[in-house]
Amino acid sequence: MEKRALKLSVNGQEYEVFIHPKTLLVEVIRDHLGFTGTKRGCETVSCGACTVLVNGASVKSCSVLAVQVEGMEVTTVEGLEQDGKLSPIQKAFLDNGSYQCGFCTPGMLMSATAFLKENEGREVTEHEIREGIEGNICRCTGYNSIVRAIDAVAKGTYKEE
Amino acid sequence: MSTEIKELKYSTFKTNIKYSVINTKVHNVDGIAKVTGRAQYTFDIKLPGMLYGKILRSPHPHARIINIDTTRAMELPGVKAVVTGKDTLGIKQGIWRRYEELCDEQILPLEKVRYIGEPVAAVAAVTEEIAEQALDLIDVEYEVLPAVFEPLDAIKKDAPVIHEGVERNVNVTRHIEWGDVDEAFAEAEKNGGYIREDWFRCSGQHHMCMETRAAVSSYTPEGKLTVWASTQSAYYTQALIAGVLGMREGDVRVIATYVGGGFGGKFELDAAMFCSAVLSKKLCKPVKIVFTREEDMIASKRRTPMYYYVRTAMSRDGQLLARESRMFSNGGAYTGMGATALYLSGFFHSFPYKWKAYRYDGYRVYTNTMPSTSMRGFGAPQAMFCSEQQIEWMCADLGLDPYEVRRKNAHTECYEVPGQAFIQSCGMTECIDKIEQWAKSKGDLGPNRAIGISSCGFMSGGIFNWFDSPYSFSSAVVTINIDGTVELHVGCQDIGQGSNTTMAIIAAETLGVKVEDIKVHSGDTDHCPADLGAWGSRQTLMAGNAVKMACEDAKRQLLEFAYAEMGLNIVYDLDIKDRWVHVIARPERGMKYEDLVRKAIRAKDGQRIVGRGYYTPHRKGMISPAYSYMMQAVDAEIDPETGKIKVHEIMTAHDCGQPINPLGLVGQLEGAASMALGYAYLEDLPMDEGKLLNPNLVDYKVIRAPEMPKTGMIDIETYEAEGPYGAKEAGEGLTNPTAAALGNAIFHALGIQMKELPLTPERILRALREKKEKEANK
Ligand code: FES
Ligand code: FES
Repeated sequence: MEKRALKLSVNGQEYEVFIHPKTLLVEVIRDHLGFTGTKRGCETVSCGACTVLVNGASVKSCSVLAVQVEGMEVTTVEGLEQDGKLSPIQKAFLDNGSYQCGFCTPGMLMSATAFLKENEGREVTEHEIREGIEGNICRCTGYNSIVRAIDAVAKGTYKEE
Repeated sequence: MSTEIKELKYSTFKTNIKYSVINTKVHNVDGIAKVTGRAQYTFDIKLPGMLYGKILRSPHPHARIINIDTTRAMELPGVKAVVTGKDTLGIKQGIWRRYEELCDEQILPLEKVRYIGEPVAAVAAVTEEIAEQALDLIDVEYEVLPAVFEPLDAIKKDAPVIHEGVERNVNVTRHIEWGDVDEAFAEAEKNGGYIREDWFRCSGQHHMCMETRAAVSSYTPEGKLTVWASTQSAYYTQALIAGVLGMREGDVRVIATYVGGGFGGKFELDAAMFCSAVLSKKLCKPVKIVFTREEDMIASKRRTPMYYYVRTAMSRDGQLLARESRMFSNGGAYTGMGATALYLSGFFHSFPYKWKAYRYDGYRVYTNTMPSTSMRGFGAPQAMFCSEQQIEWMCADLGLDPYEVRRKNAHTECYEVPGQAFIQSCGMTECIDKIEQWAKSKGDLGPNRAIGISSCGFMSGGIFNWFDSPYSFSSAVVTINIDGTVELHVGCQDIGQGSNTTMAIIAAETLGVKVEDIKVHSGDTDHCPADLGAWGSRQTLMAGNAVKMACEDAKRQLLEFAYAEMGLNIVYDLDIKDRWVHVIARPERGMKYEDLVRKAIRAKDGQRIVGRGYYTPHRKGMISPAYSYMMQAVDAEIDPETGKIKVHEIMTAHDCGQPINPLGLVGQLEGAASMALGYAYLEDLPMDEGKLLNPNLVDYKVIRAPEMPKTGMIDIETYEAEGPYGAKEAGEGLTNPTAAALGNAIFHALGIQMKELPLTPERILRALREKKEKEANK
């Protein structure tokens, strides 16, 4: 298969890359565009370290081809902060110590962001939060601090600046 | 030795000192880098002209390498080099450097492969895909040899020989003994004491760091090598790489700024580091090697599987009289850190009780499987699973209160483990009291549900120096800039447990400044002092002491100047708190810290203030300078139809001395609980003829958010005289009690005794069936 040009938007910026059609989205994000915040932790779509948002929904970027998101809006962890201002969930992670080694953190933050957006305006249960991040493995924290952080944002403790 | 430690009987005490920074809630110093994706791991490193490496691995558990032909691979366009054992110095390496016979691993072996997945050749190419393709073009001729996979088979007389000259495949043995064990058992028998013996089987576990093993090596024509490594000890990695490449340590720089998890699996030399370094040295180009998850699972290291025979004598009123245990561990193909796990398992198997007579014989046996090594808890989770369940069963057999029996026998402060260790601070009894209160307050939990308990303790760093480090165990250098900001250079390694933050807190407290004034530099051998790194829960105490000493040194220099500047009567004492330099007796009298620094540097002919500190334990017995203690309770419900476990809550009463970083402490507790729960009922490494059957995260289950229970901690504060500000370990020990406590919960809920890990539904159902059969036969 021939290489081809692909246009996509990452963190609000248009990019054009020249890729093999079989290239995974995670490879374009990390290797072609250099957004190394997004991680990889498996080859079996099991760990969630590669989670990004595509048009606002959480997607494991190792599970889709880059060409599948042509013309769509991709958000990576680098896109969460605005002009150096952290997003509510980033602040909540800091306050709750919701990360240790930090390797799962970018993916975890993206799953959390998608979950919070999907449930905006309604009360969420602890169980729903846990299910919202079920696809993300964290080997360090035991998840409970992450659940506390998501809960705090859902309860409106953190305001968007 | 025992007289020596006796001299050191300080009594421990609780302090009422008010700290400004210690035990206050601060953000992790690396937090913003981590939540914004700025933190760069080895996995993220990309250098100009960088090549990608891949490793060819053995498909056989045991085979002689007859020939390796790399011609076809070399011809593939894009391939830059293919190396085999012949391209190396053939040095056998190991982390137990003091003992030549335990340095038994050539990472690219010359003669034999000893486990499935062992590296045999490595390729560097312009892309990862080409490197991968080249692996198929390497022709290896093997002579397949008979293999053996279980320690109890490998130790037999006629078993295949895995390492030439190693009789019965016994890699290391360890004997621990105090008191007259035989006499104590005889005496117990005579006096009508209760003696019980059991066999247990403890499984392996994979560290499963989210960042798989990864390294980028860059050798340059100056003869210098830089290695970005995912390691728990930049210094060990530096020394080991220099050793196998025949280079001087100082010509090797190891950088490990951010590490995606370690848990005991990342402080030996691994194939990513070694092969990338060999390839880079050959090509003078940077080479990156990242293990796939499957490679990481089949060919890194794992928690040591153990078979335990435990025989214990208890008096009818619950006095522990004697214990004798034998342990056979599945060492896998090489020694690694396994020799330490063998020792520590046997030592902590005695914890936290005052045995008058105790004997442990550990045998680490080579097999044709992936090597086993240290993993969070370092052999203690296995030891506790056996010990704490057996004691629980004995209490039940005798109709004794398990809390009372534990209290009766528990370590107390200033206790000497005969010939082994001296315990200074110890909050074990308080831990038992608190958990008993908590458990009893829960009332009746209903059918098939119960609380199981386990007590244990752990070391705050090891005293042993099998690595033969010529350096202090920990060192720190602190430099104060003209504006009062502080550069703290430490060798301790932050792998996510938060040591950079702990060190910043200790430095800020000691200097009397704020955490944001401290910039921590770690994970770079060119710029940081040598330190043994992150293992054995050692850094808070050891690196913490070094940091405290360095900061006291710097502070003394500042205060000397302040005395002169303020013209004080020498009977007055000065201190710095919250950037205010003041007379302790009259805190309003003083000056700004920034002003003092500016003046003091001027007075030193323009030299920045530099403080140095170091720590090496002396005269603290054979194991550790200090011990944490805890009791954990697991509230679990088991469905007798399916055998499925639901853990409702885990509560831990924990004595880690003075907590330094409360947010970090909770993180350690919760993280350890999830890892230890996984070990208890989910995680396993089943093999068929040495081949791992679940080498991916679909089939290897770990705890995920929905099954993680509520966790709680009751902090038992003690003051540890040997630790910085009274602190002890809080990292690994919390992994120790969970499997045992869950086993005990199952025992009380269903009346079955679980002797094998993990506690799977199949095993639970089998035990229930056996129990029914037994009752029917009665
Ligand atoms: S890398 Fe593991 S799910 Fe994508
Ligand atoms: S913080 Fe290390 S894996 Fe989640």
